[in-house]
Amino acid sequence: MLLIPCPWCGPREEAEFHYGGQAHVAYPEDPAALSDEEWARYLFFRDNPKGVFAERWSHSAGCRRWFNALRDTATNRIHGVYRVGEPRPVAS
Amino acid sequence: MSPRPPGADLPDHPDRLWSAAEPKSSYDVVIVGGGGHGLATAYYLARNHGITNVAVLERGWLAGGNMARNTTIIRSNYLWDESAGIYEHALKLWEGLEEELDYPLLFSQRGVLNLAHSLQDVRDSVRRVEANRLNGVDAEWLDPRQVKEVCPIVEISPDVRYPVMGATFQPRAGIAKHDYVAWGFARAAAALGVEFIENCEVTGLRVSDGRVTGVDTTRGSIAAGRVALCAAGHTSVVAATAGIDLPLQSHPLQALVSELLEPVHPTVVMSNAVHVYVSQAHKGELVMGAGIDAANSYRQRGAFHIIERQMAAALELFPIFARAHVLRTWGGVVDVTPDASPIVGLSPVDGLYLNCGWGTGGFKATPGVGWCFAHTVAHDEPHPLAAPFSLDRFVTGALVDEHGAAAVAH
Repeated sequence: MLLIPCPWCGPREEAEFHYGGQAHVAYPEDPAALSDEEWARYLFFRDNPKGVFAERWSHSAGCRRWFNALRDTATNRIHGVYRVGEPRPVAS
Repeated sequence: MSPRPPGADLPDHPDRLWSAAEPKSSYDVVIVGGGGHGLATAYYLARNHGITNVAVLERGWLAGGNMARNTTIIRSNYLWDESAGIYEHALKLWEGLEEELDYPLLFSQRGVLNLAHSLQDVRDSVRRVEANRLNGVDAEWLDPRQVKEVCPIVEISPDVRYPVMGATFQPRAGIAKHDYVAWGFARAAAALGVEFIENCEVTGLRVSDGRVTGVDTTRGSIAAGRVALCAAGHTSVVAATAGIDLPLQSHPLQALVSELLEPVHPTVVMSNAVHVYVSQAHKGELVMGAGIDAANSYRQRGAFHIIERQMAAALELFPIFARAHVLRTWGGVVDVTPDASPIVGLSPVDGLYLNCGWGTGGFKATPGVGWCFAHTVAHDEPHPLAAPFSLDRFVTGALVDEHGAAAVAH
């Protein structure tokens, strides 16, 4: 089980959180203008790196706020967390 | 009398089922991944298409990834015609596979119950039974009393949190011994000339002018006329080296076994609603699978709270399990698609073929997908049963949504 450092509440067990998948995926500004390929990419394609991954978590059994984390999917080590709206930090 | 050295009385090593090969500089076909799908594909390439200059590259040991970690359930009771086509093809092959491979597989058609716990479950399940029948897949709807007849240890009291309101039953479904399946395919493929190269991780795909030319590996570069990916949870990593993005997410999936018990569980029971599926292996362990961990990961271990929930569900369904002890738990990395159906077919690179996205349920398809994927590689054209599972369905929108029949309990 992961120990996830919520940026508001501090380190808590993974069971308190809800996963939100890849971070920084913006809704298209003009969805109707997208081609089928572009729409498919927005809808179905997400990064799946073996390495550092920027992802969203919600502290659903705590402060109920969303935030982002940089986690290495090969080791599960969390390099850092940051609040929504903050830029992605450089992984250490 | 001088003491005998330790090991002097041990029997000789039995004959090896295949011999480990040194990589050659080139092959007609290189298969990336020596799990069930890679081995079955190699076998049918040789048997059905006469293509024998084939190497199966495996980064660890043969069948040591998800092939060694799955819960060995075999069934074909999926909802949509496309799925019924490929899974039923697989089940028919399973029914003749021991004779085909001349190898014991402990294939046991003991049936599978998919439990319904709510009115919506009941409606969906009855619909799936009717869809199965229209596709020639054996299926029945059982009421709780009939469920109890098939599997006496299931709790059917209406007083539990998720009461059993009935179940679909596929009598021809069952289990097989996963290791034996891999060994049977490997032995048969080796006899036809296929080579197996272990401890050989593919680190890159070589592409020239839009066509694959070979692979880079931890044991050197190998040229290949065609490359077939059977890399399961690591498919995204391999495909990315050729610049190919796939709609896959890799997650840990856990399973566990109990200590050896007397036979108590005569069939396979699955429940989507409470996230557990259980059978009893021939040797006596209760084999249980859980759901995937929510977060992406390439670690072959999952979180404990997933196991805890799975146990809670299992105990409610099978109160008799309260006295059983967990012997061991483990995890594998599975590649999940947005529609819970696999991707089998051509790729954007000529000569490179995709077989991935089987998520939590690839084992049951092993002979069927081996058959269809070998055809796809041999003819550079999707086998008719694989055609609906093309990569471009995510652009055309022709998804094969099997979340109902697959979901967590694939």
